Amino acid sequence: MKALLIRDLRLAIRAGGGFGLGLSFFLILVTLVPFGVGPDAEVLARIAPGILWVGSLLACLLSLDRIFALDFEDGSLDLLATAPLPMEGTVSIKALAHWLTTGLPLVVIAPLLGLLLNLPLQAYPWMILSLLAGTPALSVIGTFGAALTVGVKRGGLLLSLLVLPLYMPTLIFGAETVRRGAEGLPTTTPLLMVAGITMGCVALMPFASAAAIRVGLKGQ
Amino acid sequence: MLSLADVTVARGGLPVLEGVSFDVGAGQALVLRGPNGIGKTTLLRAIAGLQPVLAGTIAHDEDAVAYGAHSDGLKAQLSVRENLQFWADVYGGGDVEQALHDMNMADLQSRPAAQLSAGQKRRLGLARLLVTGRPIWVLDEPTVSLDKFSVNLFADRVRTHLASGGAAVLATHIDLGLSEARELDLAPFKAVPPTEEAFDEAFL
Repeated sequence: MKALLIRDLRLAIRAGGGFGLGLSFFLILVTLVPFGVGPDAEVLARIAPGILWVGSLLACLLSLDRIFALDFEDGSLDLLATAPLPMEGTVSIKALAHWLTTGLPLVVIAPLLGLLLNLPLQAYPWMILSLLAGTPALSVIGTFGAALTVGVKRGGLLLSLLVLPLYMPTLIFGAETVRRGAEGLPTTTPLLMVAGITMGCVALMPFASAAAIRVGLKGQ
Repeated sequence: MLSLADVTVARGGLPVLEGVSFDVGAGQALVLRGPNGIGKTTLLRAIAGLQPVLAGTIAHDEDAVAYGAHSDGLKAQLSVRENLQFWADVYGGGDVEQALHDMNMADLQSRPAAQLSAGQKRRLGLARLLVTGRPIWVLDEPTVSLDKFSVNLFADRVRTHLASGGAAVLATHIDLGLSEARELDLAPFKAVPPTEEAFDEAFL
């Protein structure tokens, strides 16, 4: 399991890996929004929570199809399926590697980009907390989507359509946490909801993903 | 070690092979022959547990099969050694040094897999079998793109594996020079294609 995590991280960081793809997309999106919306500081402050959350969600979505597609194409998924690792463990590690290379960098860079959007100061801790609590769910759900479309050639569109509705609850409660934080309202309820969704997904999704991979490989 | 009884396998929902039965014991090798499309790969995938069988049973010890597919599952960005070390770790620590040496890859170990020739990639893919430490090798066209020297090298490795109590099932079109291996022609097991009427009935 550790070997698989190290391999996936190594592959992501080396040339041609997915690392930086989501990050640069997030960077570009958040930099462009003030130019598109205009320099009105009040408007920016109001839309900042939503933009930051939508941005990180789309950035996560961007690199999802790499999770299994590359392993499927070069045959290592077949070999992993026959290896002594349980498939549930393999998909969990893949999701963890995706989060470490996509979700975590987003959490780290989001405070910097909050400045560009004039996010109120009191919202920063809530933004970091909600992203930290919410992005693992994005990776785990995304891994499930990637597992479902594993045998499909150019399955990227199908993957996005499958995964987007599943991302909604995390987005709603995540952005709500930051908005409430910005307005100085209590944030416990939406933050707990985000954390709850993440924990539920982390606990249950690997079984669904593993089943999807097994079915996907059967058809080949 | 491995025994198939009356196995039927399907590809794309249609049976391709019917009633395949054979036993492979310790120290034995079986070479599967047959024209393209007869279902060699499908049968091997079923033995490896990647695909269900339509009928019959496949019996072997749990976690005994090492599967070698058409593609080698190499990561282009990783070096030869990193690729092999990964599989060794996954399978619980085989001897990477020895495997590199045995497949004549020791000089290439720090080269990225992207820069290997097709034959060298294949050799690395076969070296993976050596680090799995599993007794039953199930190999699909293992000698594709290997030169004569490497084919002999590979045949030697198979012989060593058999001598140490392993078993191997290989699908191949060329002569490996494994005189001790039994051959099984799959052509007689070809499934009868369902007739037009049967097809309609399935929908009614």
